[in-house]
Amino acid sequence: MAVKVMKPPEKVVIPLHQHIGAPCEPLESIEVGAEVKKGQKIADSSGFVSAPIHASVSGKITAIGPYNHPLGRPVESITIESDGQDQWDENLKPPGNPDKLTPEEIQKIVREAGIVGLGGATFPAHVKLSPPKEKKIDVVVINGAECEPYLTADHRVMLEKPGEIVFGLKMMIKALGAEKGVIGIEDNKTDAIKVMEQAVSEEDNITVTSLHTKYPQGAEKMLIEVTTGRIVPAGGLPLDVGVVNHNVGTAVAITDAVREGKPLIERVLTVTGSGINRPANLLVRAGTLVSEVIELCGGLKENTLKLIIGGPMMGIAQPSPDLPVIKGTSGILALTDEDVYLAESSPCIRCAKCVDACPMHLMPTTIAQAAEHELYKRAEKLYAMDCFECGCCAYICPSKIPLVQWIRIAKAEITKAKKKQ
Amino acid sequence: MKMDKKMIVSSSPHVRNIESVQSVMTDVLIALFPVALMAVLLFGYQALLTMVIAVATAMLVEALWLRKLDIYNDGSAAVTGLLFAMVLPPSPPWWLVVVGSASAIIIGKQVFGGIGYNIFNPALVGRAVVLISWGGYMAGNIWSVPQPFAFGADISAVTGATALADTGEALQYSLSQYFIGTIPGSLGETSALALLIGGLWLLYKGHIDWRIPCGYLGTVFLMGALFGGGFYENHLLTGLFHVLAGGVMLGALYMATDMVTSPVTPRGKLIFGIGCGLITMLIRIWGVLPEGVTYAILLMNAFTPIIDNFTVPKQFGGVNRSA
Repeated sequence: MAVKVMKPPEKVVIPLHQHIGAPCEPLESIEVGAEVKKGQKIADSSGFVSAPIHASVSGKITAIGPYNHPLGRPVESITIESDGQDQWDENLKPPGNPDKLTPEEIQKIVREAGIVGLGGATFPAHVKLSPPKEKKIDVVVINGAECEPYLTADHRVMLEKPGEIVFGLKMMIKALGAEKGVIGIEDNKTDAIKVMEQAVSEEDNITVTSLHTKYPQGAEKMLIEVTTGRIVPAGGLPLDVGVVNHNVGTAVAITDAVREGKPLIERVLTVTGSGINRPANLLVRAGTLVSEVIELCGGLKENTLKLIIGGPMMGIAQPSPDLPVIKGTSGILALTDEDVYLAESSPCIRCAKCVDACPMHLMPTTIAQAAEHELYKRAEKLYAMDCFECGCCAYICPSKIPLVQWIRIAKAEITKAKKKQ
Repeated sequence: MKMDKKMIVSSSPHVRNIESVQSVMTDVLIALFPVALMAVLLFGYQALLTMVIAVATAMLVEALWLRKLDIYNDGSAAVTGLLFAMVLPPSPPWWLVVVGSASAIIIGKQVFGGIGYNIFNPALVGRAVVLISWGGYMAGNIWSVPQPFAFGADISAVTGATALADTGEALQYSLSQYFIGTIPGSLGETSALALLIGGLWLLYKGHIDWRIPCGYLGTVFLMGALFGGGFYENHLLTGLFHVLAGGVMLGALYMATDMVTSPVTPRGKLIFGIGCGLITMLIRIWGVLPEGVTYAILLMNAFTPIIDNFTVPKQFGGVNRSA
């Protein structure tokens, strides 16, 4: 499904929290009634782990206040009514010859453009490009594995913007002072592998690696292991093994920022699932209401039971489509009664399928049992904190036990206990 | 569709595998089909009758205990009943089958809280109950000699000792007969061939892990070769004899691999299998009983929680530790 450009909406709702880290505050001139241009910075934060937020249409601010947010709790948001002109902020200019940019300049451009990890984790990209001095980074890994089943947006981005991905990767390598780049792509996307191999044929320090197609291949630690052979230590970060990884979409966003001075105000997302009448990959402005995106895709089927932001394994179910697309929205998924599992769980039969499925080598059912009995110390000893909630255990469980939910409870309680100390 | 309808909100993941406890149990029954078929071919209608009584009793007792009308339910009672039949002589009295099968369900499973909560393999608990209550019917010298393809024959007319009870008896049969199953023995234990077919299918379906049967059979083979006395042509063949004779194949592929009562960790499964093999051979070679599979597995079942506890796998990027 080729990426279609969605017409800019008449109204956007832009949450001030679209990334991991400190939420943004509206800038001084930003108040109800103020006029803004497309690409104009409207909110920022003084925190290092944060990313500024830009207007995605030109028009007038009509409201500032809490609005539904994919994470579940209403978040302070700025509503902009479009003037239909879709005019760029004239202060935005390309930063000049990319070859002459210093690493610090690239880091600054990426920060100012408000770029976050577009795979869905939304970690501010400039932070990953500015590692502490003592951590030497030599490899940049680009994730073309598609983070979740159902989603095809990254696949399309690779087919349609290979040059931008490679350019973005080169900028990351430069910003980090790294030696090489690896683009990991699952082997069921042969066309993308071909296109990307073509795109890197001129580069002597960038390679494309074909990966076995298996969820969660796009998960940070798994991806780094298969592309570089390095194992990120438990509780550690990729930079502990000299690696930084980014999603293909993030690479494109960096290219747009470096070449054209464009901030991140739109993204490619997949709208799909049995409940969507006309599935599509769309280029959507941040702040567009999910309900409008779904309408463009022919609306929801009558027997739709679940609406999910993200993918089927790690996405977050929403009570209604009245919420905005944000920078991290990789997919909108609607599932009908055919796909939604509603029956109750039965006792664990200790089949160990969850133990075999866990990519982190944990014992999901044992941790879940500890959580059920409020034995959080035991859950911690069983490495509950290493779980990244990929969902493989709960997916495979024949007893349909909500294992991830139990482990989440354990993780929250362990964190709470740590904070008390 | 109108957008104002409230959607279902629940924790991820939002899609689930179609596999259920019932489908897993049905797969185990399918895996037992070649074994059951072979039993009928070898021991005739009496074997069929024994299996039907055992399965029907198990399902009925479980339905009564749970006060559920759905007699098949999750399929686990049928599995227990059929496995219990497999470890009986081919033509036991009907009341022995009923009492044993009911004990398997009640004492083996339901008193612990039902499926998933039992400590010991229910079918083997059933066998242990009849073994200590009516040893005469279970003793090693009244076993029927198979009469292949004689469905209507009264098999109790011709009996012989099992191979493990008597070394002289053991040498009456060739190893290929042990493999095919034309030897005296329990209903479902004699044919290594049929057991292997079902076992391989369970492996392919991912319902059993290779570590338990390999650890079990490997240990039995090694100990048989080293300490079996070499009464076959050589020590290796004696080791093979110990693998093929008696209930080891049935135990290693269908009993020790019982999900509920075996460890969940990879290393734990290997240790469990090796432990079953060790105890089986200790009983066979140095114990007073001719066969030790039942007690070996039941004993190792008791160690399952502690094995799991000491074999917690190191997490991705981490170090070994026990919980």
